[in-house]
Amino acid sequence: MLEFKNICFNKDGKEILKNINLKLLDDKFYVITGPNGSGKSTLAKIIMGIEKPTSGTILFNDIDITNKTITERANMGIGFAFQQPAVFKGITVYDLLKVAIKKDITKVEACNILSKVGLCALNYVDREVNTSLSGGELKRIELATILARKPILSIFDEPEAGIDLWSFNNLIEVFKQIEEDSKGITLIISHQERILNIADKIILLENGEIKEVGDKSILKDIFSCPKGGDLCE
Amino acid sequence: MSSLLNKIINNKIEEADSYNIRENGKTVKRKENEYIKIVNKPNSKGIDIYVKEDTLFGIIDIPVIISESGIKDVVYNDFHIGENANVIIVAGCGIHNIKHKTSQHDGIHRFYLSKNSKVRYVEKHYGEGTGNKIFNPITEAYLEEGSTLNIETVQIKGVDKTTRITKAELQENATLTINEKLYTEEEQYAKTDFIVNLNGENASAHVTSRSVATENSYQEFTSDVIGNTKSFAHVSCDAIIKENAQVKAIPIIYAKDASANLIHEAAIGKIAGQQLTKLMTLGLTLKEAEKMIIEGFLK
Ligand SMILES: Nc1ncnc2c1ncn2[C@@H]1O[C@H](COP(=O)(O)OP(=O)(O)O)[C@@H](O)[C@H]1O
Ligand SMILES: [Mg+2]
Repeated sequence: MLEFKNICFNKDGKEILKNINLKLLDDKFYVITGPNGSGKSTLAKIIMGIEKPTSGTILFNDIDITNKTITERANMGIGFAFQQPAVFKGITVYDLLKVAIKKDITKVEACNILSKVGLCALNYVDREVNTSLSGGELKRIELATILARKPILSIFDEPEAGIDLWSFNNLIEVFKQIEEDSKGITLIISHQERILNIADKIILLENGEIKEVGDKSILKDIFSCPKGGDLCE
Repeated sequence: MSSLLNKIINNKIEEADSYNIRENGKTVKRKENEYIKIVNKPNSKGIDIYVKEDTLFGIIDIPVIISESGIKDVVYNDFHIGENANVIIVAGCGIHNIKHKTSQHDGIHRFYLSKNSKVRYVEKHYGEGTGNKIFNPITEAYLEEGSTLNIETVQIKGVDKTTRITKAELQENATLTINEKLYTEEEQYAKTDFIVNLNGENASAHVTSRSVATENSYQEFTSDVIGNTKSFAHVSCDAIIKENAQVKAIPIIYAKDASANLIHEAAIGKIAGQQLTKLMTLGLTLKEAEKMIIEGFLK
């Protein structure tokens, strides 16, 4: 379980997150949605320890992790897929997967992990994680590094962003699989209706505040379709 | 001696087609074959290496080892590569200096590449022990029509002072590739100069330098590429800087002909925070993340 208690985050005199109180339960699939700039990424980074809250406490399985480092949180089982994956000079996909999984794996095992995100060719394994890879490929590798770790709490920041090349269905399949396996907590920041559809709970963030938590009916106003019907893509 | 040899030569020296081992200023062991001849210069000042035309995939090792403290070794190695020959030359230099006297190796390597010949030249510098260790390598390369020279140099720690000068003259369709890797620490000083003249049509040069400067070390990278005719050059200098280190990059590209196409890229900066963060989210500590990024960068 992950618990936010009175979390505030200020930056440059601006209140970016205002007194967030939230409980995420085990084996549930959460989606955070809301307008750009509402504080979704900031909230996710605070969970991973990439940003430190100005005030408030975060508990992870009843342990106060507010002052723990990124490394400590990673080793406690929190995983984070970045919206914009980092690129490296000279570090291969294989190198990164070995770090992610914390042990020496064979190239075939690495390829198996990559195949879960739709990258199969064995020659991907030796590619450098640099800008010679397309945005979609980098994004898939980013997802693979999280899947490889099997975290207790997995956070994905806009996994659909920048992957137009990859058939979106594949992504949905990956997340459906995660939802079915449903070990631990999954938290996805997304605007995609099809991801919202598989959520157990949707958290709507606006202006640094949690506006609502519930099922997809809370989004009726936002997704109201001019042609009638329920939700529009 | 053999442990130092392993640090500077990657292949097994006995398996090379020919070799010349120089230790503390003298040749101690040599092997030749019918394609590759090694001739002493007077006063043991170095060697001339003759590679016959059409030699295919010959491997030549010319390691230099300095294990006595206080030696200043200046050596001239001239490579005469016959037409269409294709060879790999591995030149390492290792200094083991545990005394207080300064040990210095100044290697002057001259490459004469005949028409359509191909040379891959690998050079590794390594120093161990607390005594002062200095390397001042000078490389001169003369590339005739259609020839290709590939230079790889590596200097990872252990060398207190280096001034490296590489000069090349390229004729028609000749290609020069230089890959330099450098890591300095403590008070180390490393200066690199590349002076490339593209004289013949369609000559091209590709210079890539990757370096990491840490602690109080200083690096200076100068490249001076002159396009005298229709030619191409791409020079890239990429440095990671840490602590109190300093890195200076001086790019000079000089087109003396409207059809010369010369590009220079230089970037100096600390390790990107995003890279460190990503590796820490995979469970590495800050130190481990830095190490992985640097090792990858210099791989
Ligand atoms: N490091 C930062 N410094 C200053 N402002 C920031 C920083 N990080 C985020 N912000 C601001 O905080 C607000 C929320 O950003 P973010 O969490 O990225 O929103 P979202 O992910 O919902 O689009 C934005 O107004 C953004 O400009
Ligand atoms: Mg965001």
